[in-house]
Amino acid sequence: MKDLIIQKIKERFADSVIEFSDFRNDLSVLLKKEAIHDVALFLRDDADLKCDMCKDATAIDWARRKNRFTVVYHIYSFKNNIELRLKADLDESDLNTVSLVSVWKSAEWYERETFDMYGINYVNHPDLRRIYLPEEFEYYPLRKDFPLLGIPGSLPLPKSEN
Amino acid sequence: MKREINISSDEKLLKTLKEQSSDFTIEDALENEMIINMGPQHPATHGVLRMVLRLDGETVVAAVPECGYLHRGYEKMAENMSFIEFIPHTDRLDYTGTMCNNVAYVLAVEKLIGLEAPKRAQYIRMIIAELSRIAAHMVAIGTYAMDVGAVTMVMWTFREREKIQDIYDRLAGARFTTSYTRIGGVASDIDDVALKMVKDYLDQLAPALDEMGALLNTNKIFLDRLEGIGVLSKEDAIAYGVTGPSLRASGVEYDVRRAKPYLFYNEIDFNIPTYSEGDCLARYHLRADEVRESVKILYQCLQKIPAGEIIANDPKKVIAHKTEVYSKMEELIHDFMIINQGINPPVGDVFFSAENPKGELGFYIVSNGSGYPWKMKIRSPSFCNLQVLAKLCIGHMISDVVAIIGSLDPVMGEADK
Repeated sequence: MKDLIIQKIKERFADSVIEFSDFRNDLSVLLKKEAIHDVALFLRDDADLKCDMCKDATAIDWARRKNRFTVVYHIYSFKNNIELRLKADLDESDLNTVSLVSVWKSAEWYERETFDMYGINYVNHPDLRRIYLPEEFEYYPLRKDFPLLGIPGSLPLPKSEN
Repeated sequence: MKREINISSDEKLLKTLKEQSSDFTIEDALENEMIINMGPQHPATHGVLRMVLRLDGETVVAAVPECGYLHRGYEKMAENMSFIEFIPHTDRLDYTGTMCNNVAYVLAVEKLIGLEAPKRAQYIRMIIAELSRIAAHMVAIGTYAMDVGAVTMVMWTFREREKIQDIYDRLAGARFTTSYTRIGGVASDIDDVALKMVKDYLDQLAPALDEMGALLNTNKIFLDRLEGIGVLSKEDAIAYGVTGPSLRASGVEYDVRRAKPYLFYNEIDFNIPTYSEGDCLARYHLRADEVRESVKILYQCLQKIPAGEIIANDPKKVIAHKTEVYSKMEELIHDFMIINQGINPPVGDVFFSAENPKGELGFYIVSNGSGYPWKMKIRSPSFCNLQVLAKLCIGHMISDVVAIIGSLDPVMGEADK
């Protein structure tokens, strides 16, 4: 099954795929970020693959790497009972990437969470707001340069009466 | 639905209303839609879920769930502690089914480092995971029934859950925050007393379940409040990423224990109950059926549990028992290295998910070869299932919102991480 997925993606998107990797039986595809929407749409609609559920989406902050961020999607095909990981690298200078909400509705909250935690800007997202932290919070806490203990004064606390 | 207001009895209020704003009338007030803030401090929201509802009379026109009132930043904390240190934190995710979280987390780490626990340890994990599932479903059914008015039920289900916690107490030394699993095995062996406790518990659970079923399944108020409410279609359930009982109640036969068998679920004979209705009642029935399946699994586990080691023999990855650390040089060195430098898994990333009472709990771990995870993402089922809440509520009465939240059974400790 994995060979079929690799073959199908390679056939259609030869220019967009950077690499395939298979670690501990988890198949993962690294794509160019411009292509991620088209590949996702193809994976969902292809009659043989039918990856119809997006289980999870997140990002990785590599701190000192050239392409600092990687966005990650975990998708699943009920038909073939197989999981696939889509990745795309983002450089710090341009944190825009196309939202996959139009492909999988479940990505809406996952992408909001990633925006909240990493500040990745998902273009065409219907409701890109912070999901956990308050709207006025200025930082992105899961970035590696955010200190573990937080930044004093960054979260407005309720004022005491006197 | 408009209410008639008896103006003469409240003449004083009407007068002040008229004085403050000349162009505002009672008719205007009744014509308009109202925005109501439900939660975060609301007993029916199972913790601190907040919903902003737009109402037309009593009918929900729009709903926006808001999370984050219990956000503790576990993903950030996980990046700053070793793999072993994070085990107790998994208890605090879904606090109704603690053991399931423990098991799912250590399995994810074991997948990353390529370690397999001994068979006896795997069976113990299966036993505790299924006990945990029963406990979590007991809480879910009890609080759910209480939310829609059947208050007796919560006493009965909590009674059954209490006995499971006594078994935890025997096994892990704690009733609630168990932290029982270890990377490579479990913390302590399950002895004959504990096995007998499980057996006795199962023997008395079957009649208790019948009793509970008799209380709810023919209860007209309970049925009327759930039937046809919050119908989730198969397509929507998949599109919104719903997993667990809510997905199976919508007719998708998907259970991680069957789809990607972990532990020794492939050696166990059990059914995956499914319903096609997808309404609140189907979600209740599904949980009740799952408890019975868990009982079946547990009986088989008790029968098949082999003798042997409970923790893998891999000194560089697995912490030795304290008695050995204090008496042997080699173990002391390894203990020192693991505590100070961590278990140093290979560079790479894995996603592992397990079937939890709420749905599919996944851990995505990225390792750069050091003792701390470079990144850990928790795919919490409660969070993913809550996403569909707004869609389910629209068009129903405000009292049905309570039933719908209860049927999705979110635990905010997990949804907010």
